[in-house]
Amino acid sequence: MTSLYDQLGGEPAVSAAVETFYRKMLSDERVARFFDHVDMDGQMAKQKGFLTMVLGGPNKYTGLDMRAGHKHLVARGLNDLHVDVVIEHLGGTLLEMGATPEQVTQVAALANSVRDDVLDRAPQTTPIKN
Amino acid sequence: MASIEYQGRRLELAPGETVLDGLLAAGVDAPHSCRSGHCRTCVARALDVAPPAGSQEGLKDSWRELGLFLTCRAVPTEDMRIAATDDLGLEVGATVTAVERLSHDVVRLRLETDEPFEHRGGQFVTLVRVDGLARSYSTANVPGRDGFIELHVREIANGAMSGWIARELKPGGRVAVRGPEGECFYVHGRPEQPLLLVGTGTGLAPLFAILQEALAHAHSGRIVLLQGAVDERGLYLVDELRALAKLHPNFEYVRCLLRGEAQEGIEIGAIDAILRARIPALRGWRAYLCGNPELVFDLRKKVFLGGANSKEIHADAFVMKAPALAR
Repeated sequence: MTSLYDQLGGEPAVSAAVETFYRKMLSDERVARFFDHVDMDGQMAKQKGFLTMVLGGPNKYTGLDMRAGHKHLVARGLNDLHVDVVIEHLGGTLLEMGATPEQVTQVAALANSVRDDVLDRAPQTTPIKN
Repeated sequence: MASIEYQGRRLELAPGETVLDGLLAAGVDAPHSCRSGHCRTCVARALDVAPPAGSQEGLKDSWRELGLFLTCRAVPTEDMRIAATDDLGLEVGATVTAVERLSHDVVRLRLETDEPFEHRGGQFVTLVRVDGLARSYSTANVPGRDGFIELHVREIANGAMSGWIARELKPGGRVAVRGPEGECFYVHGRPEQPLLLVGTGTGLAPLFAILQEALAHAHSGRIVLLQGAVDERGLYLVDELRALAKLHPNFEYVRCLLRGEAQEGIEIGAIDAILRARIPALRGWRAYLCGNPELVFDLRKKVFLGGANSKEIHADAFVMKAPALAR
């Protein structure tokens, strides 16, 4: 099966989606403060990497990258609410790109899988012991 | 099988090997991060041939024009020479041909380089004095047409370089230039695209270069220049710009002042408010924002939220070197 990344139009579509996504984030006062004084171009490059990752496109991001990349924001109060906002806008962006609600749910689950890394904490689910 | 030449070394690439992998395999400490074409950490410049297919995907068109490409996505099919983006090339000697005052605190400096100095009008260069003192200034003219480099230098209180240029440097004087750097220049190929130029202080310099180049190439889209200053004393090149606006109906010149009286061509208020009133929606516009760093960063966000595509926003924040303390 082709990835959602390819189904939605590959690199050009994701490039356009980052514009939409970043605009939603910057306009949302719940999260806008985290984007003050950041290099907008660099930030959008990272978000393109993030979108590519959650859509199953070519990427080499690891949980460690997500942890290191957000540590300074956790120190500034980044919490679950903010991750929820990201997932909300991610969903809105995907719908605008032509994704189905089922696909949005699928991507949200993937985005949720890095939540603990982003918030720099141990996994919330109890690991299975043998 | 293709090879790359980097810093005088020729490196053979295995079939299908990327430029980045080739550099790393040869022990070059090449910057990189995502290796997937997103983060742009691995960008390099192609010096003699076009970058390999697909290696410029997703890059700003100004970057493409400069031959920048993603080494992690580049699988060359022919031999190529490349350079790191921070490799500024050689220093070129230059002779001063003119030093003229444009306003109470801005002087125009014109230079002729000893050798051809390839750059795009609006990119910035680093000016180096014989004793090594160095400062960066934006170019303000169309290089191919003029055959000289024009810089606008704001005289800063106790500024080591600017004071020297304004008061001591004379025609015939010698300096060196390094560069060019930056991506504030006219991008060819979209003559109908509306252009927004916003600058404060000598942020006008690159905008003046872009404007002249656009007009020289019969740019047909709307061109709006907002020149910001605290009051009228902070403006310069006003007569030249008004003359250009008279000559070219698609060019609108607006002076934006924080203090003073509104009149024909002059608006009073915050520059972002003046911008919003004049152009409520910026979808499809290409924007160049130059000058005071805080204003540039703030405007970049507002222009983006106003609808402009981030890849078509070119910002150049003028960061001051702290002046030497007065003794």
